[in-house]
Amino acid sequence: MFIASEKSTPSFKDFTLVMPAVAVGNVGQLAVDLIVSTLNMNRVGYVHTDCLIPMAGNNPYATCKEDSEEIHTPAEVYTAPELKLAVLQIRAPVIQTKSKKFRQLIVSWIKASGFSRTVVLSSSHAYQRDDQQLQGTPLRYLVTPSLLKISADALKELGWREMEQVPAFPGLTDANTEPRLYIPGGGITKGLYTDSCAEDVPLAVLLLFCSEGDNIPDAFTLVNHLNDWLHLLDNPSQQPNKWKIPTSWSLLFGSGIPPALF
Amino acid sequence: MATFFGEVLSVYSRAVEEDDEDLDENEEDEQIRRELEGKREVCLHWNPEVSEALRSGNKFHCSDFILASGVNASRFLSVYILTSANWDTVGHASVWNERSRPLNGQTSEESACVFYRHKDNPSLLICQVTCYIAEDQLFQWAEKVFDCLQHRDLKVTVLSDSSVADYRTADCLCNSSVPFLRSLHTTNYSGLPVCPSLEQPNIVTGLPAAVLNHCQVHHIAAVVYQCYSDIIGPDSVTMETYKPALTRLGKSIQLDWSPSADVFRKFVKTADIQSNLYI
Repeated sequence: MFIASEKSTPSFKDFTLVMPAVAVGNVGQLAVDLIVSTLNMNRVGYVHTDCLIPMAGNNPYATCKEDSEEIHTPAEVYTAPELKLAVLQIRAPVIQTKSKKFRQLIVSWIKASGFSRTVVLSSSHAYQRDDQQLQGTPLRYLVTPSLLKISADALKELGWREMEQVPAFPGLTDANTEPRLYIPGGGITKGLYTDSCAEDVPLAVLLLFCSEGDNIPDAFTLVNHLNDWLHLLDNPSQQPNKWKIPTSWSLLFGSGIPPALF
Repeated sequence: MATFFGEVLSVYSRAVEEDDEDLDENEEDEQIRRELEGKREVCLHWNPEVSEALRSGNKFHCSDFILASGVNASRFLSVYILTSANWDTVGHASVWNERSRPLNGQTSEESACVFYRHKDNPSLLICQVTCYIAEDQLFQWAEKVFDCLQHRDLKVTVLSDSSVADYRTADCLCNSSVPFLRSLHTTNYSGLPVCPSLEQPNIVTGLPAAVLNHCQVHHIAAVVYQCYSDIIGPDSVTMETYKPALTRLGKSIQLDWSPSADVFRKFVKTADIQSNLYI
């Protein structure tokens, strides 16, 4: 359920929504963090739901001491009205038995808000790629028919690779088994995509094959890939550090090392 | 995830479930699932007097709600506040999940999450939670409890136990004084800080987080005091760390600042019995 943080309800009409799927390596969430902190987006509301595990913390995008004391919740919506951009950041895992409910909640909110298009940033287990997926770029995309109608030319120009369908039973050549969409480790990605296809929601999925570890480079790859399409920043690849890393990314690998060790 | 030194950290958010195929469940599976879900419901049991008032639409007139989550936070309240005998038990919440033990039968369940109300000042409500509340029950707990409270002028104070192993800092903790207190408050809370604010990238999880989330979206003033301690189990030093958190309430609640050793003995001894490592 979306709850506005201010008294007035924000309008998302014709905005582009970017949101992560909680997936392997948290790449989508990290990429969304980069967008929010680089574009200095404003929080306009929360998605308050029992589908996410509760957590709370101080401002993850704090730039100085003054703005650091500001509570943040598991799922929040940010906007940059001048770019007609809205971002939903999800900071907690989805409760397993409620993933279907969460998908439905997101899809109905997208429909009710009137977003012109939605981009889901996601990832999938690198080790589960099949032979054809191993070669070339690790980036893939998926679009729903209703988004393809309006963005077909742009996608063609980008020359991206679409997510392959994989055989249901690899090695078995049976004409009766149809190849299927398979996104292991992608959390709600596949469900969100199929629900959006069924409900005629203009939605795209950008995903990256990766493994658990230090996924910061993966986040940069994914956000630059998204930027090729949406042009949130001009030429970020020429200046690799143009994306601003938020303060909450510190100590990703635990606390400082005790000096007594040496 | 392995770090530079090779130790393996279990980072929860990275544990992604496999692609969930929507399985066509048979009716029996679904029935079992439904029954389990029903069993996991959080139930609030109030005294007849309170439930009568709630039924007729009169919510709790509460100015201060103090919630203690964890053994040390709960026993801190027991030692410093509840000993004054000015408190009535008004109800309890029953929470059943995979970690519930039928050991002591009904009694353990009833004592795991109890609500107390001040006799002279009924707008003071205290809740002690010592049981484990599962991730899918936290949201529901907060919804149900706050549904019974009037939100006007409500101030929520949460005391919460935490392990210092979960605290992240670039400096080494060996020189600083453990246990220590950190706070996190909602936008509507306006109070003088009694301890440093929780630094990023540290977060609050569990019941305190569920309460903070609820209070933030419903514009209720709430603050969580998280005590990072290196001792598992009840401990008087850890309990004392919570003292500054309640100074604000000094006027309305009589705090027993120097409880007798007997009181401490009563609330601290249980830890010794449980450990049978060196009999």
